[in-house]
Amino acid sequence: MNDLASETMTATSKSLGLDFNTPALQRKRRMRALKDRFARWAVSVGGLAVLGAITLIFFYLAYVVLPMFQGASLETRKPVQVAWLNEAAAPLLLTLEEQNQMAMRLDQSGKVQFFDAKKMQPLSSVQLPIPADVRIASVGQDQPGSNRVALGLSNGQVLVFQHVYKLSYPNDVQTITPSIEYPFGEAPIKLDPQGRALDHMGVSLNSGTLMLAGSTGTELHVLSLGREENMMTGEVTLSEERVALPQIAEPIKALIIDPRHLWLYVVNGRATADVFDMRSNSLNGRYKLLEDGKLEVSNATSLLGGISLMIGDSSGGIAQWFMVREADGKAVLKSIRSFQLADSPIIQILPEERRKGFFALDAKGNLGIFHSTAHRTLLVEPVAEGQALAALSPRANRVLVESDGQLQRLIVDNPHPEISWSSLWGKVWYENYDAPGYVWQSTSASTDNEPKLSLAPLAFGTLKAAFYAMLLAAPLAIAAAIYTAYFMAPAMRRKVKPVIELMEALPTVILGFFAGLFLAPYVEGHLPGIFSLLLFTPIGILLAGYLWSRLPESIRLRVPDGWESAMLIPVILLIGYVSLAMSGHVENWLFDGNMRMWLSNDLGIPFDQRNALVVGLAMGFAVIPNIYSIAEDAVFSVPKSLTFGSLALGATPWQTLARVVILTASPGIFSAVMIGMGRAVGETMIVLMATGNTAIMDMNIFEGLRTLAANVAVEMPESEVGGTHYRVLFLSALVLLGFTFVMNTLAELVRQRLRVKYASL
Amino acid sequence: MSVKQNNLKAWFKSGSPWIWMNAGAVSIAVIMTLGLLMVIAVRGLGHFWPADIVEADYQIPGQEARVMAGEITQIEEVPRARLAASGLPVEAEGGEFMTRELFKVGNRDVYGADFTWVVGEWLSNQRTPENLTALERREWGNFYGYLVNVKEAGVLVAEGDASWPALQERIERVEQLHTQLVRLEKKDIGRINAGLERIRLQTRKLELQGKLNDVAQAELDAERAQWDAEYKVLETELIALNQAFNRDSVTLKTVDGREVTISMGKVVRAFQPNAMGMGEKLSFYFAKLWEFVSDDPREANTEGGIFPAIFGTVMMTLIMAVIVTPFGVVAAIYLREYAKQGPLTRVIRIAVNNLAGVPAIVYGVFGLGFFVYVLGGSLDRMFFPEAAPAPTFGTPGLLWASLTLAILTLPVVIVATEEGLARIPRAVREGSLALGATKVETLWRVVLPMASPAMMTGLILAVARAAGEVAPLMLVGVVKLAPSLPVDGNYPYLHLDQKIMHLGFHIYDVGFQSPNVEAARPLVYATALLLVLVIVVLNMAAVYIRNHLREKYKALDH
Repeated sequence: MNDLASETMTATSKSLGLDFNTPALQRKRRMRALKDRFARWAVSVGGLAVLGAITLIFFYLAYVVLPMFQGASLETRKPVQVAWLNEAAAPLLLTLEEQNQMAMRLDQSGKVQFFDAKKMQPLSSVQLPIPADVRIASVGQDQPGSNRVALGLSNGQVLVFQHVYKLSYPNDVQTITPSIEYPFGEAPIKLDPQGRALDHMGVSLNSGTLMLAGSTGTELHVLSLGREENMMTGEVTLSEERVALPQIAEPIKALIIDPRHLWLYVVNGRATADVFDMRSNSLNGRYKLLEDGKLEVSNATSLLGGISLMIGDSSGGIAQWFMVREADGKAVLKSIRSFQLADSPIIQILPEERRKGFFALDAKGNLGIFHSTAHRTLLVEPVAEGQALAALSPRANRVLVESDGQLQRLIVDNPHPEISWSSLWGKVWYENYDAPGYVWQSTSASTDNEPKLSLAPLAFGTLKAAFYAMLLAAPLAIAAAIYTAYFMAPAMRRKVKPVIELMEALPTVILGFFAGLFLAPYVEGHLPGIFSLLLFTPIGILLAGYLWSRLPESIRLRVPDGWESAMLIPVILLIGYVSLAMSGHVENWLFDGNMRMWLSNDLGIPFDQRNALVVGLAMGFAVIPNIYSIAEDAVFSVPKSLTFGSLALGATPWQTLARVVILTASPGIFSAVMIGMGRAVGETMIVLMATGNTAIMDMNIFEGLRTLAANVAVEMPESEVGGTHYRVLFLSALVLLGFTFVMNTLAELVRQRLRVKYASL
Repeated sequence: MSVKQNNLKAWFKSGSPWIWMNAGAVSIAVIMTLGLLMVIAVRGLGHFWPADIVEADYQIPGQEARVMAGEITQIEEVPRARLAASGLPVEAEGGEFMTRELFKVGNRDVYGADFTWVVGEWLSNQRTPENLTALERREWGNFYGYLVNVKEAGVLVAEGDASWPALQERIERVEQLHTQLVRLEKKDIGRINAGLERIRLQTRKLELQGKLNDVAQAELDAERAQWDAEYKVLETELIALNQAFNRDSVTLKTVDGREVTISMGKVVRAFQPNAMGMGEKLSFYFAKLWEFVSDDPREANTEGGIFPAIFGTVMMTLIMAVIVTPFGVVAAIYLREYAKQGPLTRVIRIAVNNLAGVPAIVYGVFGLGFFVYVLGGSLDRMFFPEAAPAPTFGTPGLLWASLTLAILTLPVVIVATEEGLARIPRAVREGSLALGATKVETLWRVVLPMASPAMMTGLILAVARAAGEVAPLMLVGVVKLAPSLPVDGNYPYLHLDQKIMHLGFHIYDVGFQSPNVEAARPLVYATALLLVLVIVVLNMAAVYIRNHLREKYKALDH
């Protein structure tokens, strides 16, 4: 390199009367050197920055995806000892309201105390209208978020109340006003006619009908209350109906009413659940909840939506159960999955109000955070010593724990519990489903139905589309590449290659639109024609070749070697025309004029207009040039010495090709197929337009599919930024990136090794 | 093959069947490509041709005959059984096939749908009356019928045959008014809206900075008052124009005898294709073609032109090219000229190469997450707090679309430039260095000019790829209908934050999301044809430059 900065010119140009070391020239040289150094620095920084920016894609996608797989975290605040707590009776129920500012505590004396959820200072209190000399025997809660509580009293009566928080903004300051309401009247409702203490309560309101279930020992009392409000006067009238149910043998432990009022779950004895069908008022079945004879049920609660029962046992296990319809149409209670908290009995299970997650507390004060569908244990941490009572906030980001006369606030960070490896890729048994399955259903009508985010059907669709595309593209492209590289006359090669390059350059949106709007209806109308085309084209080509070989030499010699392709164009056009033209006749003759109906009615194969066949054709078209150009390159660059040697030894051109050329070029052909596969997997517009985008798992060529890429294109614009759905879509992009990157890198390495091999030959 | 094949067995043994099969694969690929282009070209170009309007009596067996008129857009042969299965009262005997024709009957406001399938065998007495008129309207699609009269402000002007010239005259007048209206609405009122919006943002900005005192407020109010006054003037002008625009009306009678009065303001053009000669048809054809590339879309993009989509595509690609060229070239120069050649550069090279094969949608996801939400979000917080909560750059738009495509095409440019740099013979560089030039001088004066065709090729390929890419754009800034172009006469003239229309997305959207797919289909073909043409031309240019380049260096090498 010329180093201009330090050097003075030593050339003997003085003899010519030139001085290269004048101050001006030296300054100029220094300037030039500076420029050189600056350029080196600028290009290096710029180049590295660009390359860095490209790698940023990977890291950014990973950065968005990662939070999904992190567990929950808990931030504990110091327990607070407050004076009012010491004077209050033992707690029965603790709750937090939506804004996490206020908490409610119900104690055994029937006093409801609202207090500040941060400083734990008392705000207001209400004494529930409980008759004198009567104590609260049990507490039953309706669905999470309903704030509806039924108190079972010792005189066989029930008091139903609701704790309500009104938000208002006087003077632009957010103010929450708590109150207690009695939607079914302040007077307790008689549940047990004999007036015994109700030791367990269940309550549920469904479109105006309140169902109350209470137990006295082994006896079950169920009351259905209709509530009608007079439009004019606002007067409330209640209609009562006592529901008679078969009796239970063992002492009742918990009562849970299905919010649709279809089932009543009665947990009794050591670990038995009796399920009553509330439409026929009969016993559906008696189920054993725990196999181990030494364990017993210690707590039972229903999850959000009321479909799942969470059964906590005395050894710290929690099992999810729900009703499943069997093949014969009978519904049975089934154990779906189980969780383990620690080894002490579960005393409290707190369902979340927005998701299918739950928190659990055991007798030793361990708190666990779980998600049912994802089958995830997000956190297990001790929060109290010994017995405690906890409350979970509606947004599931705060927990309030009372133990030993102290109140403690916990801040929970648990943004994405619903995603786990198994829920993304494995079979998941969702509520209301008869069996575990792979389901992609990213939006749901209500929060009671969770979004189902299994990537398996999308990955399956992606591979299915790629498979059918490769089925068409790989043989065609490789055969064409071999012919072009090895047999074709150079003059024709110069004409064919630009056509294939043009094929590569066609925007996929055009192929997609063509496939969706032209090909799909055409294929539907000409099914027999398409299949006979697939069958007759090879036969026709062979026939044409054979007939050509039978022609007299005088004609044959007029066409030089390597122009077979050109001669075949009219042949193939003819075959195509005949196949498609006779499609209707074949259809009339074999399939009663409608092959599509025949497929779905006689063979039972469902048929969609936009199906995998159409995608295979269109995407095959898109992939052919990719495979072709690389395979052609590989075959063409096989050293000529090898082919000449083989031909000189007496092998026919075909033998040389099959035994020498293809063998040598096979790694290159392999890498071509991989690159084609990578392209087919990531293709978006064609699948988006040429399939129905139904996320099903079925290899049927006549049904649609939904691929990862198309799914991202469809759902990304409407997903909430930073939400779980958004991150799952990023994950699918990351999967696509990783897959194609690995495929392409492998292909590239294979090709580089091949190049080295050729060079050494 | 010189060995004479005597029989089938020998022929098979020689391996020539396989050669024929391989040859067939090439033929199939060629046929597929050319066939696709042909179908698109024929369907796309055919759309603008003024087809004859056929009037015929149509009688479904067992029903009363009725008269119908329209353009026949598709004819197909259908097995008799299939028609019977679809519930049509087809006679059991007769030929194996029946024809089914798709009639564009127009008159969507009268009939409810502007396309009907009819069975060809049940049509009779087909005729093409010369005075059957087609009206192209701004809404409800075409109208086919016979002219009854033309009215000016409710007063009869012409009736019967005399209405045709009167109609043409008035359409010309309406056309002029329409141009004025559009200019007034888009340009003048658009300017006022932009000015008012600017004042609103300024007020809010001052408010946020705590500098909104009475003086500033008064100044802003004065400015606003000025705009408002200007608007008042324009408003009266607009009302007057609108009245003039809707002054006349034309009454037509459908072939089945229903009279419909259409306000002249709704009419784009009227023509009587059955009376047109070849020359007239040709001129009509080119007028329609010109309208297609130069006009705004109408009727939810199913009619009219695609100018905003062309403009958006070009704009986006231009900005992309401006971004991608320097970065791509710098990265390539670094990789080839400055970086130490070793395993690391090899890995980088492979990685860059592979990025070209990464699915486009992945770039879209990255663009949405990183550019729009991260970069755009912070830009908004830093520079446009006054517009909050409405995002300025924190939402998909032109700039992000261009940036995303720039990243997407970066590997293409890097690879092509590197290849070009690698092709330059060592002797040339060494010669330059030997003459005392520094490295950067050698690069700047010798190497880069020689490599410029390669860069050009890379850039053209990048532009071709960018112009055809749709999937990532759906996430980062393309919409089905942009209210205005990204470049206009309002400050800051180039609106990088605006959403744009795009040819490729237009195809997807009109073809698949449109409520009236049947009517939109020919337009989609035409759009596709245009896109194909652009891309073919760009690619051909790249191929030409590349071949040219190869020849040039071949000469240098020896």
